[in-house]
Amino acid sequence: MSASPLLNVSNLSKYFGGVKAVNAFSFKLMEGELLGFIGPNGSGKTTVVNLITGFVKPSGGEVIYRGQDITGWAPYKIVRLGIARTFQMVRPFYQLPAFKNMIIPLYSPRVKRMAGGKYGDRDAIALDLLEEVGFERDSFVAYKIASVLPQGYLKRLELAKGIALQPDLLILDELFSGLSLAEVASIVPIIEKLRYGGMTIIMIEHRLKELFRIADRVIVLNFGEKIADGLSKEVMESAEVKKAYLGSEED
Amino acid sequence: MKKRKERIDRGIKVRSEDIFALCSWREMLYLSSPRLLPIVGLLVLSFVLSLYWQKVLLSVSVIALLAISWDLLAQSGMVSLGQALFFGMGAYLAAIMNHYWGWSPFLTMPMATILGGLFCTVLLLPVLRLRGIYFAMVTLILPIMLVRVIEATRIFGGTEGISGLTPLPSRWFELYIIIVALLAAFFGFRRLMGSDFGLVLKGINDNDRSVMNAGINIYWFKAQALFIAGSVGAFAGAFMTHVYMFVGMPVFALDYSILPIAAAIVGGTGTFAGAMFGAFLLVPLSEILRGLGGLRIVFYGLFLVVFIVALPEGIFHYIQRKYHQFERWVEVEK
Repeated sequence: MSASPLLNVSNLSKYFGGVKAVNAFSFKLMEGELLGFIGPNGSGKTTVVNLITGFVKPSGGEVIYRGQDITGWAPYKIVRLGIARTFQMVRPFYQLPAFKNMIIPLYSPRVKRMAGGKYGDRDAIALDLLEEVGFERDSFVAYKIASVLPQGYLKRLELAKGIALQPDLLILDELFSGLSLAEVASIVPIIEKLRYGGMTIIMIEHRLKELFRIADRVIVLNFGEKIADGLSKEVMESAEVKKAYLGSEED
Repeated sequence: MKKRKERIDRGIKVRSEDIFALCSWREMLYLSSPRLLPIVGLLVLSFVLSLYWQKVLLSVSVIALLAISWDLLAQSGMVSLGQALFFGMGAYLAAIMNHYWGWSPFLTMPMATILGGLFCTVLLLPVLRLRGIYFAMVTLILPIMLVRVIEATRIFGGTEGISGLTPLPSRWFELYIIIVALLAAFFGFRRLMGSDFGLVLKGINDNDRSVMNAGINIYWFKAQALFIAGSVGAFAGAFMTHVYMFVGMPVFALDYSILPIAAAIVGGTGTFAGAMFGAFLLVPLSEILRGLGGLRIVFYGLFLVVFIVALPEGIFHYIQRKYHQFERWVEVEK
């Protein structure tokens, strides 16, 4: 394939004092791919996402998106280019109904541009998007205030906020954490649908079984460095990954 | 026979400002009376008060304007300790335009409102990135610095100030222009914060990373909020300049920073109504206590402490909750 990658990250590094949170991390992401990031806690997965989306300024390296160098840009500018992310810690407006929580992403200049220069009826769009991620319309759950919603719906809300921005690249930071098996099983088809709709997706995940089922490729991080990169099956077989996850056999 | 007090919240249906409210006159009155109260109240007050208390009403309204302007900033994630900056900026701008260029108050007041808001926004633009106490410190320092600049360079009358400015046409004109301005700002702010734009501002206060993550430039939104709040404060300053026919260094005094905050805290933050209510409570109280001479500040301070300890949520939130509740005694057992 000669096509240029959607995202080209090379030698990305972030040092907090003497700690190398991310060290010389490189990868290429092709359009339409679903890439998984895995690794033990503190291995630098979220930091990589923060570096790509501009929330943290890198110590070195560069991020090229569609041939454009976006290293160190302000987060809002990166979002306008079409990279959206969700946060691991969901922090909605607890006192507002779920659909009103969608207003802020729907106020984004990107949404206006994608819709051809005007915003449209935000409440109606919000309700449609929420239905897409599993807020059943008949149950009126989208009208409930966020503080009474269970974790599963809050995560769906977070996902809907990402989708609302109509991104080309969507980064999901531990979307499945804290969810039951049944809840995960009901969210997986939503992600698959997005992906078949042409969206490129990066998923940070600890739920390996579900991730391996849907991901094309998986990158394994440990101590801020890439230790494996390949198809789901190959990666899981790799001795180094087993060591990182399960500990080495000598101890 | 034992009894206990039962509290029931009014149904959401009744409280919603929706078509349900049209079911009966009682419901309509229930919804509209809290909104009519400030309008009718201010108009009635303007008639029944004596000349002295009419003057007090002017300062009440000015502090109320500064208090709701403070509340707007607070709701947008900017804690200001320098409402005097807005007030003083408007006051001096109006005085300069009137004294040096001979413009009439009808021109100086709107111009000072817009330019005052603009200048304050530009002054604070570099520190919009700061949050919480850091932003607050800068707003506190700026008016103090401006006073010293005026004192040291002796511009705009220096320590003497500028006197002999054009007064407003009449006492009634003064009263009604400030009442109209206060009501317009009050209802305008409420509407603004209820809109999607206001929701973005509240989002910045609550979780600015999440707002940035929507591709929204939060500094541009903060600057707009600052301009709106600054303009309202500047209007208050410009108005008072023409009422007193004088401007001097006291317009940057700490009183104009602290009193609005005290009003907003005692009244209750986050609703504008609370801030306004606080101003209508604190300023007249301060006038009543004038007879006590030196002990005035002591009693005033005591009053503040008692209220803040007893009702930390603010008086308005307490009243609002009670308004939406029924209370009745019910039998528990025979």
